Amino acid sequence: MSGTEDIPAVDYVSGSGVPIRGNDIDTDQVIPARFMKVVTFDGLGEFAFFDQRFDDEDNEKDHPMNEERFQDANVMVVNNNFGCGSSREHAPQALMRWGIDAFIGESFAEIFAGNCLALGMPTVTADHETIAELQDWIDEHPDGEIDIDVEAETVTYGDTTIDVEVDDGQRKALVDGIWDTTALMKSNEQAIQETADALPYV
Amino acid sequence: MSRGTLYDKVWDHHKVTTLPNGQDQLFVGLHLIHEVTSPQAFGMLQERDMEVARPDLTHATVDHIVPTSDQSRPYGDDAAEEMMAELEENAREAGIQFSDPTTGDQGIVHVIGPEQGLTQPGKTIVCGDSHTSTHGAFGALAFGIGTSQIRDVLATQTIAMEKQDVRKIEVNGELGDGVEAKDVILEIIRRLGTEGGVGYVYEYAGEAIEDLDMEGRMSICNMSIEGGARAGYVNPDETTFEWLEQTDYFQENPEEFEELKPYWESIQSDDDAEYDDVVTIDAAELEPVVTWGTTPGQGVGVTEPIPAPEDLADDKQETARRAQEHMRVEPGDTMEGYDIDVAFLGSCTNARLPDLRRAARIVKGREVHEDVRAMVVPGSQRVQRAAEEEGLADVFREAGFDWRNAGCSMCLGMNEDQLEGDEACASSSNRNFVGRQGSKDGRTVLMNPRMVAAAAINGEVTDVRDVKEVTEV
Repeated sequence: MSGTEDIPAVDYVSGSGVPIRGNDIDTDQVIPARFMKVVTFDGLGEFAFFDQRFDDEDNEKDHPMNEERFQDANVMVVNNNFGCGSSREHAPQALMRWGIDAFIGESFAEIFAGNCLALGMPTVTADHETIAELQDWIDEHPDGEIDIDVEAETVTYGDTTIDVEVDDGQRKALVDGIWDTTALMKSNEQAIQETADALPYV
Repeated sequence: MSRGTLYDKVWDHHKVTTLPNGQDQLFVGLHLIHEVTSPQAFGMLQERDMEVARPDLTHATVDHIVPTSDQSRPYGDDAAEEMMAELEENAREAGIQFSDPTTGDQGIVHVIGPEQGLTQPGKTIVCGDSHTSTHGAFGALAFGIGTSQIRDVLATQTIAMEKQDVRKIEVNGELGDGVEAKDVILEIIRRLGTEGGVGYVYEYAGEAIEDLDMEGRMSICNMSIEGGARAGYVNPDETTFEWLEQTDYFQENPEEFEELKPYWESIQSDDDAEYDDVVTIDAAELEPVVTWGTTPGQGVGVTEPIPAPEDLADDKQETARRAQEHMRVEPGDTMEGYDIDVAFLGSCTNARLPDLRRAARIVKGREVHEDVRAMVVPGSQRVQRAAEEEGLADVFREAGFDWRNAGCSMCLGMNEDQLEGDEACASSSNRNFVGRQGSKDGRTVLMNPRMVAAAAINGEVTDVRDVKEVTEV
């Protein structure tokens, strides 16, 4: 791992997977609004997908995140338009705190993907069939290792290596360790001032 | 790539530099903050020993958790009180102006920005809320951001972004009677899909858009994100300028109005602008649209049959099946006649004064159905006062509506206004996700505000075109 200052490069993520199937899974499902009445992100992990995981009496329902075999998973494999809806960073924060380091999916909602990038979590994509095969493989190999090579844009599991897509900006930011942009942008103070000065309304 | 559009021009005006990761660093003209997504960002700032760079370009309000009944402090809900107190402290320490309830200017962040004249054409506007796209109605470039990005904006007044494609959506012709802005955007999302706008910014154009008032344009831009587009905008025109001239900011600074107008005109999309995609819609074809499912794209004309899942695209079928089971609707039926338990007139989509006026004309002289609990939650304290002064509040109260204080309320169920059990709600809000309105078994039917009024009266989804309305309230 290299990277600028204290920001680690995320060129590689390895670990076991958890399949979360379904299109249009919105951030209200990932973290229901009632758990957002907090002023820190600490402790959000236990509420991830809460209403999918627990019934009214807090009994566990059928959900991959409740299954013993997926408890150590750190790669979430999802389908189309994952993370749509609200801009709440609480969603990726909750999943990160549950243990997720990276996502592989058919597609991601834009704000969700941006929030993930700001946390150093890759959101890599592949087509429906490829994703479905990977999800099935995880079901059969819950402990099986999945390797995401962010720079090479490949995912390897078992004997299979698949090509995935990583958005250019995301790839560069992760691989070069410049996904946390605060300090980088702050260093352009003079250019910021010049831009502001040229705007008629500022 | 697009060329000569408002998006291109506003982007260029605000571009500071290109960052090593390939993203552009953009200057932010207005940063709106609220109590849910900002406290963690202030915390991160503190950890890094940084200060708020431009408190003068930052504005706060409280909306998501604010009670809409008893607003005396401390709030009855400890968590809500803690969030409010935290925002008060953060705003005070940084010197950020805060439209809190004591100012009379509090309200939903996407209602108060425009009404105070903070929202202006050609500005870049961000807020930790996906419905920030609303401000695009004024020809601003406005989008929702996450909390880490809020930290960036607080620290630098800039944001790292990648430029997107521009899709022009032309709504040509005139809307029929009883068809509103809300129906237009629900139709757009239904046609293009909830993920159809990913990677795009939407430019709304055409006669039907130009004919809308600013509030209607806000309703449309508001729900760009439901169609997957992070931002949507309408080119500013005389309607925009007239609206702006009446706002506080330009009433207090009339000379700035004249000074800024040439800039506003200069950022309009050129006649020969190039777009990455163009979609056209015939306004005359539209009827009031309601949702039958659990995503905003699952909509249908109120008199049309609910589609069978197997008739939808392959990747939509499973979601549709689950949605129909949750909503308890059958393919082939219409949504007209669907029983309603709750009517919610509110949210950043449809709780502005003209929305309430139109709904009141349906409600006047009638009574809320005995099986329905109905509430009006004005978008801001100003909307609330104006509606009370012109008698709208009385119309709603006399009909049996609960008239409440301003906030996000039942749109997302973060305060006490929530669905219970499997209640079905006729809602003027923007999301019908499972659990969105506070109960995981709750059923949300999205529709325009007049349709909500009609549903409240009849206890079922009603084609508002069949309801006689009074002409004066």
